[in-house]
Amino acid sequence: MQVWLILGVILLLASYGYQRGRGGALASVSGDASKLHSLPSYHGAYLALWAAIPALIACVIWLSAEHQIIKMLVISGLSADSQALEPQRLALLMSDIRNLASGDIVRADPSPEVQAAAVRYAELAQVSLYAKLAAIAALSALCLFFAKKRIAEQFRARNRVERIVRYIMIAASVIAILTTIGLVLSLLFEAWRFFLRVPLHDFLFGTHWSPQTAIRADQVGASGSFGAIPIFAGTLLITLIAMVIAVPLGLFSAIYMSEYASPRARGAIKPLLEVLAGVPTVVYGLFAALTVGPYIRGFGESFGIDASSESALAAGLVMGVMIIPFVSSLSDDVINAVPQALRDGSYALGATQSETIRRVVLPAALPGIVGAVLLAVSRAIGETMIVVMAAGLAANLTANPFEAVTTVTVQIVTLLVGDQEFDSSKTLAAFALGLVLFFVTLALNIIALKVVRKYREKYD
Amino acid sequence: MTDREHNTGIAVDAAEVKHARKRYRAERRFRMYGMAAIAAAAGMLALLVISIVATGWTAFYQHSIALDVTFEAKVIDPKGGRDPSVLARADYRKLARASLRELFPDVKKRGDKRKLYGLLSIGVDQQLAELVAADPSLIGQTRRVEIYASDDVDSFLKGFIDREAPESDRRVKDKEIAWLDKLEADGAITSDLNLRFWTKGDSREPELAGFWGAMVGSFFTLLVTLALSFPVGVLAATYLEEFAPKNRWTDIIEVNINNLAAVPSIVFGLLGLAVFLNFFGLPRSAPLVGGMVLALMTLPTIIIASRSALKAVPPSIREAAFGVGASELQVVTHHVVPLALPGILTGAIIGMARALGETAPLLMIGMVAFIVDIPGSVTDPATVMPVQIYLWADSPERAFVARTSAGVMALLGFLMLMNALAVILRKRFERRW
Repeated sequence: MQVWLILGVILLLASYGYQRGRGGALASVSGDASKLHSLPSYHGAYLALWAAIPALIACVIWLSAEHQIIKMLVISGLSADSQALEPQRLALLMSDIRNLASGDIVRADPSPEVQAAAVRYAELAQVSLYAKLAAIAALSALCLFFAKKRIAEQFRARNRVERIVRYIMIAASVIAILTTIGLVLSLLFEAWRFFLRVPLHDFLFGTHWSPQTAIRADQVGASGSFGAIPIFAGTLLITLIAMVIAVPLGLFSAIYMSEYASPRARGAIKPLLEVLAGVPTVVYGLFAALTVGPYIRGFGESFGIDASSESALAAGLVMGVMIIPFVSSLSDDVINAVPQALRDGSYALGATQSETIRRVVLPAALPGIVGAVLLAVSRAIGETMIVVMAAGLAANLTANPFEAVTTVTVQIVTLLVGDQEFDSSKTLAAFALGLVLFFVTLALNIIALKVVRKYREKYD
Repeated sequence: MTDREHNTGIAVDAAEVKHARKRYRAERRFRMYGMAAIAAAAGMLALLVISIVATGWTAFYQHSIALDVTFEAKVIDPKGGRDPSVLARADYRKLARASLRELFPDVKKRGDKRKLYGLLSIGVDQQLAELVAADPSLIGQTRRVEIYASDDVDSFLKGFIDREAPESDRRVKDKEIAWLDKLEADGAITSDLNLRFWTKGDSREPELAGFWGAMVGSFFTLLVTLALSFPVGVLAATYLEEFAPKNRWTDIIEVNINNLAAVPSIVFGLLGLAVFLNFFGLPRSAPLVGGMVLALMTLPTIIIASRSALKAVPPSIREAAFGVGASELQVVTHHVVPLALPGILTGAIIGMARALGETAPLLMIGMVAFIVDIPGSVTDPATVMPVQIYLWADSPERAFVARTSAGVMALLGFLMLMNALAVILRKRFERRW
């Protein structure tokens, strides 16, 4: 609501600026547009940009700081007792105040102090809104006023506008970098706070994972231990199962598509495999939990194997199916990139087609295929929904695919979903796991791209 | 006579023939592996679709029990003021129970009565309240109303609960079956299209749960995603492809975008939690934050697709525009981008389809809350279609299984629609030079 109001004001000022700029430019040459250096619309755009951009930037800065400032002001208005609360309690109190201020349901009866704070919160929010609107309008009008002075016959409005647009484009490209920096910093910062509590080597090499921390000091058996080895092992087990499914199926599909299939058959098979990549992972998860899991359990029982219904096998199998298109489409590309001359040479020596593929095409395409498999592994490690729905939560250190294991992504989800206080080792552990996940997948990708690129250069 | 003897007249010895046969067998085998791999992939896809349709189609219809309900004025509105807030809060359950008792006068025991009332959905009061709110003149009249059956009864009527199974294993007991048989014989049990599924929000009761809330949530989320990632993506792609000098910085940006495209989606959820929720204090569970997270996630997809679309526009177009005196920016905005637009839009639609099916990052920012209300703006708490599916999949009630699969069908329907749109755009408008 608020945002629309602000955007509306800015838009209004910008369109006013456009009209004034256009009109001003035409007036400066008494209506003869051919005398102007730039088209009148560029003069208009120049003013519109000046009216909108500083105001938008100011608005973004204000909005991002508003929350913290209001919070500080409200807390400073609380009683000394409340101010002395530990940060977690204070955060809870703050969220009560905020809920009350926005008219949401609050648990229990709020104390008079909370009510007063809520009123104050609402007042401050209101003041902030008006101040914001006034500041934005003033800034916009000021910029318009100064920019307006420049409008003249020989003013190079087009060049100016183009330069501004180029800066906007650069800013858009930089967002990708900012995202990466944001990712790395947020993960590093939270993980660092985690490692202040739990030593790094305990996390990386410990073999016991039970993230439940004690709520009461005298609680039994809930000290919280953060040895991530069982989680890494579980992730690897499921990834391995997925690869055992995906690599042969994907590779043979790619070979058939690129070497044997007629163009028409290829035209039918390729979209079919792409559909597999387009199915949302939550659907695969449901399939794994609902159909494949119970089936594997029944299958295991008929052979006298004690299979969990949340077995690693079910999750890995379905994940393998999901990964097939990644392996097949990337392998298809590299196999197609092998020069025809190599095949022709092999045929000329009397080799059959399959012999050519096995002895000539595949060895030539091998680095690319390795790259494809690495990308698929990175995909499998980072996949979340299938394992959340079909793999277990218990951190078992086992290599038995019929048992339930847990993965990095499952643990991140279970640690962070639901009610949570943000400062416990439990939630911070999720960020440490996220950091590991980020760097492992990043490393796999970089290696894979390097391998693929190196290979491509050879035949181009 | 082998082919070779026939063609060349040179005799071939038996061992050589045997060897050649072996090689041809290997050839056929190899080829078969390829076909088998594709068949396996296709088979899994078929199995997936079949298992979902088979479990989900029953959620599209629902059983109701038709009762003659007397809308007694003294129960609904004892004061007679017809005040809407009084009408909304009246004890409508009592009315439905009274008409049930009328149908089965011989049910006397307390436990039996409770079972009898249990045939109806818990939402019966809501259903009757809505009727009265729409037409207060109903008060005092007797009307035949079709009331939703409870989820167990619905499952039984759909044939999921075996009548022959021992009573202790059945969620629907012998007595209830007898009552239902009588109702059925009276023609009081009706089966209708499940409109509620398409018009209501979530509920703890399967027979009342709808998918519309999640659909609206998805709509708002995608709106935010599109509004952020499309302009930024196209601007960035245009800059990198048309304006950027080739130097270290643009190289870094390029590598960076490629790497971002491969970052697991859940990591973006962690970013959203740490930065958007905890640092900037944006509301939890809101489509605004969900949309922002998904926008960061789809940005690389859109940039990469847009760049390849821009690259496909031949240089001659640019040179011709420069030739008639256009400035650099005019060349791009007047000629190159419009010509590349179908390709850019195709990429954007594919990115949006991916965002629509994405679940994991949204779990991180609290879009898994149980939300009954239909969200009205991007800051209202909401959930989205895939998360709703995830939530229902976790529910123990039998009837939620069908609803989960029905939700999957709805989601897949939207995805198919978006992908069809992308294909049409590509086929129709993309020019090949």
